[in-house]
Amino acid sequence: MAAVTLLSTENLSKSFGGLRAVDGVNFAFPAGEIRALIGPNGAGKTTFVNLLSGRLPPSAGRVFFNGEDVTRLPAYARVNRGIAYTFQITSIFAAMTVLDNVGLSAQRRLSKGSFGPDPDTLEHAALSALERVGLSKRRNDIAGNLSYGHQRLLEVAMGLGLEPKLLILDEPTQGLADEEIAAFVSLVRDIAREASVLLIEHNMDVVMELAETITVLDRGCILAQGTPEEIRRDEAVKRAYLGT
Amino acid sequence: MSRGSFNKAAALHLSAVGVLFALHFILPDYHHGNLARIMVLASFAMAYNISFGYTGLLSLGHAMFFAAGLYTAGLMAQFAGLGAAGGIILGLAAGFALAVAVGCLALRTTGVAFMIVTLMFAQAAFLTIFYFGEYTRGDEGFIIPSLQRHLFGLSLAEPAVRYFVALTLFALCVAVSYGVARSSLGRVFAAIRENEERTRMLGYNVFLYKLAALAISGAMAGAAGAAYGLLFGYVGSTFASIQYSIFPLLWVLMGGAATVLGPFAGTLLMFYLVDISSAFTTANMLIVGLALIGLILFFPKGILGTLRERVAPWLP
Amino acid sequence: MDFGPHLLLASLEGAVGAAVLALTALGLSLVFGVMRIVNVAHGAFFMLGAIVAWWVADALDAGSALNFLAALIIAPLAAGAVALVAERTILRRLNYNPESTIVATIGLLYVIEQVALMTYGPDARPVEAPWDFRVQLPWFGYSGYKLMVIAASIAVMLAVWWGLTRTRIGLMMRATQFDRETARAFAIPVDKVYGGVFAFGAMLAALGAVLVVPIQQAHYLMGNDPLLLSFIVVIVGGLGSLRGTVLAAVIIGMSDGIISVFFTPTLAKIIATLVVAMILVIRPKGLFGTQSA
Repeated sequence: MAAVTLLSTENLSKSFGGLRAVDGVNFAFPAGEIRALIGPNGAGKTTFVNLLSGRLPPSAGRVFFNGEDVTRLPAYARVNRGIAYTFQITSIFAAMTVLDNVGLSAQRRLSKGSFGPDPDTLEHAALSALERVGLSKRRNDIAGNLSYGHQRLLEVAMGLGLEPKLLILDEPTQGLADEEIAAFVSLVRDIAREASVLLIEHNMDVVMELAETITVLDRGCILAQGTPEEIRRDEAVKRAYLGT
Repeated sequence: MSRGSFNKAAALHLSAVGVLFALHFILPDYHHGNLARIMVLASFAMAYNISFGYTGLLSLGHAMFFAAGLYTAGLMAQFAGLGAAGGIILGLAAGFALAVAVGCLALRTTGVAFMIVTLMFAQAAFLTIFYFGEYTRGDEGFIIPSLQRHLFGLSLAEPAVRYFVALTLFALCVAVSYGVARSSLGRVFAAIRENEERTRMLGYNVFLYKLAALAISGAMAGAAGAAYGLLFGYVGSTFASIQYSIFPLLWVLMGGAATVLGPFAGTLLMFYLVDISSAFTTANMLIVGLALIGLILFFPKGILGTLRERVAPWLP
Repeated sequence: MDFGPHLLLASLEGAVGAAVLALTALGLSLVFGVMRIVNVAHGAFFMLGAIVAWWVADALDAGSALNFLAALIIAPLAAGAVALVAERTILRRLNYNPESTIVATIGLLYVIEQVALMTYGPDARPVEAPWDFRVQLPWFGYSGYKLMVIAASIAVMLAVWWGLTRTRIGLMMRATQFDRETARAFAIPVDKVYGGVFAFGAMLAALGAVLVVPIQQAHYLMGNDPLLLSFIVVIVGGLGSLRGTVLAAVIIGMSDGIISVFFTPTLAKIIATLVVAMILVIRPKGLFGTQSA
């Protein structure tokens, strides 16, 4: 079955001064997949993802999403097309309630005309996103008072509130305890039934368990791509990680 | 999102306007006149609160929006014979248009650069008044002819009329602030204030929302400026000076940023502080200076902000 | 006068203005660079320097040269002391939050200005120049004192540059500017560096003011123009870049002097203000800035 390509890049590059952080990457990502993006530190993962989400403009190359050239679109417009990005460093509205945080992510989608959405519809949408990550009991807490693990979950719930076609998770399990990670893995599986997931992750156990395909980035280029089993056996990947 | 606090807050703001209405019949002449002035200045402060308090845009140039309204109404009355109703509407439009124009440029910057860019634009506006000194009479200013100071046939020089026009403007500004604070638009403003990058990554065009905040703020400031000129009859360049960009910041900080009635509380308190102190000294800006330092050190959230934190979290 | 000599005179006047401006702006730029705060009270420290200079000269009454010399030492120290107290009691407690600091220094500006009005009064008073020597050029005579102002300003700037690049204190300041946390980890007393930098910035402004009082009288509102011009200079030069600051001071001071000899000041000021605003809109980090604003 030939899957529909959701996201692809064509010769995508980004230089900072003389340094080519991302160097002519051709990347294709079919809809409905969980894809992991890995690579040693400084491989250009974060830069690459920032180019996809539009937080950085590319030096050269193009980005296509859902059949549309989005290279020139600003970040917020890409979010509206269905690319959601959850931050590596927890980035929530700390002074607002948990419900308002998720409300903000669902509000724009549910708004009709210049007036906001119906309050009941909005509350319902926000609550259902919170239920999926298991935070609905905390709906009235101030987000900044949540534990670190719960803040990470809220971050994901905000991504879900957008009802994205593609959810980019940037190091989602960083700093989580083992049992939290296990719960997180099943949460990502649940999300993947409706959206494609691009996972940037250091924790190899999580990557191997979740990813259908792994893309390995090294020095701004794609070093290897394949199933977890293929990547595990790949000599070039081993060398890149061991630094020989 | 809870309904109970909605009604409590609405009742509080309605009764505040009601008390001001009742005060008209009670207050002695001197304080009656002061309160009319305070209500107009508080409308200016509420305008500032929309952009600074709710959206987090620290502008140091709001005097230009106030002056845009003041001079539009004043010059139109002086040279085109325009009456008060038209003056206030045109003043509002002038504040709105200037805010959109300045916003399109200044909002490309953030933080300290935004503060300085707005300061510079306001300074240019201030100097422009002097450049056209032939019409504006610069420093000295001019008196708006009393013939033009009429609204629906009533003279604005009449204290009672003046008071009720000021109260109407004030009530409208409270309604707009309250509406913004409670709306989904206001929630996006607050989100921008708290974390701009996150708001952008939730799909909001942050630039447009900030421009909207500044435009609403500019329109309110313009209306307040026009009303001030028409109610009190005088137009002068002081109202475009840096001081009048600092004052609304001070009033809002004192009363509580991002609270609907905070700007009024701040304006009222500051007005009487300066009024009482000027009995003892000509250097009454000293009080302003000390108040600024004391506030930012000890009450960075202002009067109503502190109240909201301690006793009334439902306060919008 | 012919155009040539007229232009020379305008350039000399511009150079004097640029010399004072460079000192004042350097103070503002140092404070911004190291502490990442905008000091709106900088103009008030300038004014304070001028007023203290008048007081010293008035109280001492020991002949113009000695009066001036005493003022040159005492006025910057006085301004520095006031700045240090303000830094310790106000700015430190605000944890140098950029926006709170702006509000607080606006307050400080009003306090200093109004205290000056209450004590010094609303009059403008001159301090006599230390000497009355004129350099005779073929077309006109020119004040020897003004030439000395230019020389003194260059000397002070060289000294500051030497201090920043060649001494231990300068190294500490640069380390603090680079990264406050790392500096702390290297046992640099960041807290003291902040106090010192804030006081030193005020001293530079006061020094500029002492140099200017024999040319322009001391007045309690005299700090507002230098504040605005210093702002412009620091912004155009690039927030936090000392080299850019000095270069911009020379360009702006010179052109301000030359423009005001040939054109009406209001229109020139309007255009200059708008140009600065537009520079910031297009390049928020300033013309020569490399650091984030």
